[in-house]
Amino acid sequence: MTKILLEAVRKSFRTLEVLKGIDLSVDAGEVVCVIGPSGSGKSTLLRCVNALESVTQGRVIVDDIVMSDPKCDVNTARRNIGMVFQSFNLFSHMTVRRNITLAPMDLKKTTKPDADALAVELLTRVGLEDKIDAYPRQLSGGQKQRVAIARALAMRPDVMLFDEPTSALDPEMVGEVLAVMQQLAADGMTMLVVTHEMGFAREVADRVIFMADGMIVEQGTPSEVFGNPREPRTKDFLRRVSQAG
Amino acid sequence: MDFAMTIQGSWSLLLTGLVTTVIVSLIAIAVGTVIGFVSSLMGLSRIWVLKALSQVYVWVIRGTPMIVQAFIVYFGMPQLIQTFVPGFTISAFSASAITLSINAGAYLSEIFRGGINAVDPGQVEASRSLGMSQARTMRRIILPQAVRITIPSLVNQFIITVKDSSILSVIGLAELVNRAKVYVGGTYQFFATYVLVAVLYLAVISALMVASRYIEKRLNRDKDPA
Repeated sequence: MTKILLEAVRKSFRTLEVLKGIDLSVDAGEVVCVIGPSGSGKSTLLRCVNALESVTQGRVIVDDIVMSDPKCDVNTARRNIGMVFQSFNLFSHMTVRRNITLAPMDLKKTTKPDADALAVELLTRVGLEDKIDAYPRQLSGGQKQRVAIARALAMRPDVMLFDEPTSALDPEMVGEVLAVMQQLAADGMTMLVVTHEMGFAREVADRVIFMADGMIVEQGTPSEVFGNPREPRTKDFLRRVSQAG
Repeated sequence: MDFAMTIQGSWSLLLTGLVTTVIVSLIAIAVGTVIGFVSSLMGLSRIWVLKALSQVYVWVIRGTPMIVQAFIVYFGMPQLIQTFVPGFTISAFSASAITLSINAGAYLSEIFRGGINAVDPGQVEASRSLGMSQARTMRRIILPQAVRITIPSLVNQFIITVKDSSILSVIGLAELVNRAKVYVGGTYQFFATYVLVAVLYLAVISALMVASRYIEKRLNRDKDPA
């Protein structure tokens, strides 16, 4: 069953075309990692899925809802699409608890006791139940990102978008965030992940997509893309990445 | 130069002036905050008429001296309105409250606009990605953070408003400076009287600063170190 479908998606910022005709479908329970050099349009692609960016041309469909339709009720549709950002974006004036309970209480009319129980459950899942009354600034980067994942899960989405979730982290904190994501994948979550973590893509992804210059250059299973890349640009990118690593 | 004598002689007169100063300032701070807040939202609106209204308001008020604004409200407006409503008059107090409110509102509008703009766009995106509407995001995320950012500037503007209320003595508002002039006119105790006036302003503004420090501390609990 198709969860996310992009059809001939084009996106321009003024005169700069960032996405040049993207076709992509993600099945329920599938974990798709998008890799590629910076400026290739990976993040823009992800942001088009939940309509944080409008598309210039083409269609974006999530759970049979046409997100790219100007008449689409994106506020309702987004409840079902969790998003995790590179810079965490935890609500800085709220406790961890409130960060998690805000949307369910406001949008789903979840009662306070139920929302609190949900916060405890999700924080336990990401291993941070003792931080429930902390403020974001009291947390490390890795902890912030795990709370951000818990916050996104609080709306019980069945699709999760990750926009370079470990890129702003100190190296020693990358593992704890990836572990949470790996668990989430194992639990059957549909995930679209923009990442620079080749190890994660190799291990967890069902499919890897290599993007360059606003286009999908190559895609396949991790072993196909990493083990036997066909396109010169993919080979070139993977060589650079492995040298840097 | 006899302070004891001046205090004794001017006390009741200056006290009535002080009360008027505080009342007109409080009105201006309250009304000006509402005007400024609405104007700042209009200024950030995508509807160009609202945006233009806000910009013209801020431009005119900031670009003209308050003493001229007070003259227009107190002497000019009644003359204009009298052509439609014969016999219309406005009290010095009403004219003062209006002038000071409109004046504070323009500066507060810019302060609020700056505060709202200073909120990290990532906070808005996170909220919207959860399915929160633009209005709800404004209420839950942007405004609470903008208020924290703007408190020092807000307090600064409130202090200016209290001090600027003295300008309204020129249209006959019986506030602190106006009353002091009356007292000095009879006693020639310039130094003692005006030093006393200065001390009274200092006391009022100090109280304002203490109150704001308390509010700032309470709102910024999230910024305390672990």
